[in-house]
Amino acid sequence: MIPLALLAGAVLLPAAASRVLRRLQRAVLVLTLPLAVSVLLVNLLFFPAGQDVLFRLGPLTGTADGLRYGVEVLARLLALSGGVTLFYLTTRPGDLTLDLERRGVSPRVAFVANASIGTVPAILERAEAITQAQRARGLDTEGGLLARARGIVPIVGPAILGAIADVERRTLALEARGFGRPGRRTLLREPADSGAQRVARWAMVLALPLLAVLRATVGLP
Amino acid sequence: MTLVAEDLSYRHAGALRPTLRGINLSLADGEVVGVVGANESGKSTLCLVLSGLAPRVVGGQLAGRLLIDGEDVAALPPHRLAGRVGIVFDDPGTQLSGVAATVYEEVAFGPSNLAVGRAELIERTEWALDLLDIRALAGRDPARLSGGQQQLVAIASILAMRPRHLVLDEPTAQLDPAGTALVGAALQRLAASGVSVLLVEHKTDLVERLASRVLVLDGGRVALEGPAGDVLADPRLPGLGVAPPAQIRLRNRLADAGLESPALLEAIAAAAAASTSASAPQGPASAASAGGPA
Repeated sequence: MIPLALLAGAVLLPAAASRVLRRLQRAVLVLTLPLAVSVLLVNLLFFPAGQDVLFRLGPLTGTADGLRYGVEVLARLLALSGGVTLFYLTTRPGDLTLDLERRGVSPRVAFVANASIGTVPAILERAEAITQAQRARGLDTEGGLLARARGIVPIVGPAILGAIADVERRTLALEARGFGRPGRRTLLREPADSGAQRVARWAMVLALPLLAVLRATVGLP
Repeated sequence: MTLVAEDLSYRHAGALRPTLRGINLSLADGEVVGVVGANESGKSTLCLVLSGLAPRVVGGQLAGRLLIDGEDVAALPPHRLAGRVGIVFDDPGTQLSGVAATVYEEVAFGPSNLAVGRAELIERTEWALDLLDIRALAGRDPARLSGGQQQLVAIASILAMRPRHLVLDEPTAQLDPAGTALVGAALQRLAASGVSVLLVEHKTDLVERLASRVLVLDGGRVALEGPAGDVLADPRLPGLGVAPPAQIRLRNRLADAGLESPALLEAIAAAAAASTSASAPQGPASAASAGGPA
């Protein structure tokens, strides 16, 4: 099956070579486990065209066709989430920005792409600091569901307002550092781009239309 | 090559009254001018105006003229000013670019925007790191540094752009005595190489040590102005919300108690000078003094 072959060849092998296989497995497991279980169960037990009965359990009937289809959907899901996770595990945001700029993307676009990745931990850090400050003033954030829901407002409000105020100050600081200057910037370094990386990249680009054509003509699974 | 403000008044967007009124000042090459004043006296707004960020970036209305090296700032876009006037804010967290993975990349961010050559970019970055003695932090993630370390990185990031004029808004607010002394020593070196410095500070001991002239702002106006020694010893200073430097306070106490003597005053002055310079760490910073601004 193509998704499984892609998962093995384009995700697991590169992940092993990059020594991020364990982290990849953990991340993909966390991300897809609930969906994977439901995909397998739903297809195993409720596949409409299922004929080969594997077992019966009261009103439920497990079929081999359903299981096969469930595994196929799961393989696609794993290939997709594995590929995206592998990208984030092996690509430094700074390298991504540098490479985008090297290829002619506007520094502003590259900056936004990079800054948006870095903003999430900064907001989480701010929210944590606000949570502790509000707890110190008696806010209940660890009680029942209702108490927790009530506690969200005094945390989210300052977190969002603080983030907005930060944007204004950061804009000033960026202007002071010449970020608004039109034209290209000097790149401190060029990200590594070995021959093997270029070959792998082109192979993936070429594989995409090839697989699409094969699927349309030969009917690959 | 100077920075001249002529009768500057500035009102923030939406504000009923101006924050700055009738400000006149000039900064000659190599001169350090201190600005002190209570909170809300207009010090930070003055920094924004002198750096060209207000009203161009923050909005508001400016009256009067600001000339930088003879050119009217009103005719210059902010990015043209970036390499000529450097501004350092008091909050290091929001001064960092947020996109640099290392301190080295952070310091290089400004000059890389100015599109200097790669060799010069590296030379400027390493010069600024050495000037503030933070070469050891070069490989660290800026977001994971302490507030004081981040402030040194923020100052180095501006210095790497090698501006002819520096506007510093409480640059040592987050620094310990050693970091404060380090910044003071770096500013002295820059001033000696011809950079003009406007230093806004609550730490009047540092202002007394670095500045030749001092302005006291009160309600957006210049309330006192003159040689640093005279202004910082002025009896009206506490009434304007500014604490005089420690040695002046001590001298006043001794005078009040009738214990003043020339030998004692000399000893106090010597001790004050030693306390603001002795804690500056020795290291690569001193070796970097040869590299002045371009």
